[in-house]
Amino acid sequence: MEKNYHVCTGCGLLCDDIEVEAEKNIINKVLTACRIGVAHMKEGKGEAIFRVDNKPVDEAVAISEAATILKNAKNPLIFGLGASTNETQKIAIELAKKINATLDDTSSFCLGSLVEAIIREKIKTCTLDEVRNKADVIIFWGTDPSDSHPRHLSKYSYFPRGKEKQRGWEEERTAIAVDVRKSHTAKICGNYFFQIPPKGDAEFIDALIAGLSGKLPKTSYNYPPKKILELANILKGAKFGVIFAGRGLVNSLENLEPIFRLMKALNEKANFHLMPMVGSCNTMGFNENLFAETGYVNSVKFENGTVLHGPEYSIVESLKAKTVDAALIIGSDPFSILPGSIVKNLLEIPVVSIDSYETLTSRNSKVYINTAVSGVEAGGTATRMDRKKVSFEPFIETNHPSEETILKKIMEAL
Amino acid sequence: MTNAMELYQMLPKTNCKKCGKASCMAFAVALMGRELKPEDCPPLKEEPKYKENYEKLSSLFKPSEGTTETGLIVHEDLCFGCGNCVVACPPNVANDPYGVGSGNAPTNANKLVLAVENGIVKAQNLGECRRFGKNKTLCNGCIVTCPVEAIEFV
Ligand code: SF4
Ligand code: SF4
Ligand code: SF4
Ligand code: SF4
Repeated sequence: MEKNYHVCTGCGLLCDDIEVEAEKNIINKVLTACRIGVAHMKEGKGEAIFRVDNKPVDEAVAISEAATILKNAKNPLIFGLGASTNETQKIAIELAKKINATLDDTSSFCLGSLVEAIIREKIKTCTLDEVRNKADVIIFWGTDPSDSHPRHLSKYSYFPRGKEKQRGWEEERTAIAVDVRKSHTAKICGNYFFQIPPKGDAEFIDALIAGLSGKLPKTSYNYPPKKILELANILKGAKFGVIFAGRGLVNSLENLEPIFRLMKALNEKANFHLMPMVGSCNTMGFNENLFAETGYVNSVKFENGTVLHGPEYSIVESLKAKTVDAALIIGSDPFSILPGSIVKNLLEIPVVSIDSYETLTSRNSKVYINTAVSGVEAGGTATRMDRKKVSFEPFIETNHPSEETILKKIMEAL
Repeated sequence: MTNAMELYQMLPKTNCKKCGKASCMAFAVALMGRELKPEDCPPLKEEPKYKENYEKLSSLFKPSEGTTETGLIVHEDLCFGCGNCVVACPPNVANDPYGVGSGNAPTNANKLVLAVENGIVKAQNLGECRRFGKNKTLCNGCIVTCPVEAIEFV
């Protein structure tokens, strides 16, 4: 019997091999998904919730209030969409155009720059399936997939057998962690954990490049040159190397130049790829969709048919400068991910929160519309961290509207 | 926990062979390997003078709460279902190379020692575990691959 596998939308890995046993729309058993995924799937809830000023209303009232807020705003901000389907994201982009909005997502303070370099093909990348089948040297740099993408090592990057990796991880793969702290992933890497000081990444990269060409690797923090040379030697021997780059790496660099330099040096001696450790299930999709539309991956402002772009259109800067006068937050919780000093400015403007979960943001919003969970209660497509498109069907029925439906209705009401 | 010698000390030491083994020492080794159970020694079970030793041995081999027959314990509060142990476990790989052995969903569930259910790893089919039976080895595949020390053998 052909098994019916589901896709987990719990993180950017979009695992496509999940078995779910459900009865009367209650999930009884989930097989193979990690704990994050199971929690994500089981976040079921009762009646649909629509609120205006913290009072329950019906859908039509919530939609019309949301539309009014957006219509009255001169420069509304649309933010989030990292867990939305590609279809929803495209509607949100249309909506942003229509109301001359500022549009941004979490990538503006996470991995956006690196994702853009990948989309523009400035860095050699590969797919997760290639990693499973071929990778012999795997570097986790400034990222802890064991916490953020729990099945990363078991499904793709380290432990599984692959087409050209039949003898197992002990013999055929070397996993390396570079990080400022001994993370869970670093623990798995054992002796191949390279602990560097905060903001020490750029220097470490240059030392490593020196090591790759046989020069003495020097750092101001006196990292043992012998260890760096040892690392350089392993990297030189890679037939299929991959760097999984996380926020820790990107945020410690002024710009991406050191990464470009390292990739160039590595590819002179060996064969290396890089993949950003995109966190949410469809941040990659958002970046791709916006790029296709505007040539930028985040931080844009639409103005009567033209597109402006720059850090001033990121959520952080636009809230700091108080340039936005209303916010539509879709599937994201800025109140818990941004510093209080910035997010407090959100309290001064009307906020519409569209989310499948109650969050700090939903509690602090003027309008709250509770939607179906994408990948569980609503179908669509999302883009995996390696840019593979994954489509999914809902497997739980719900009376909650999907984000897509709600955005369409708001568009109509405008 | 114990060695065969200690177990031997608690047996009748008469080498009566009623258990089917050649000697009490052989029986002790079989006990160690979980091949036989204390009740497989008839004198031990039936004769009142061995009562105390019988109870001691039985309690030693009664799987305590949460412990499996190989002594494998999963600390469910720590485990977050990453599946590293599932994919690295040698008998899992041998019995399901293209399923869990390749990082995918199980295709041969009845033969797997470890599998993730509801986000937490579950130990089952312990007969397949390398720490089980006569030819057991000190396999530690599931221990060294766990990021949070959620698997332990006692
Ligand atoms: S690793 Fe991510 S996608 Fe896979 S099961 Fe866990 S949460 Fe879901
Ligand atoms: S039956 Fe008991 S007493 Fe007899 S040989 Fe076996 S272990 Fe020893
Ligand atoms: S000890 Fe070895 S065989 Fe037994 S469960 Fe752990 S990895 Fe598998
Ligand atoms: S490796 Fe550890 S955390 Fe991961 S599934 Fe196994 S026991 Fe759980």
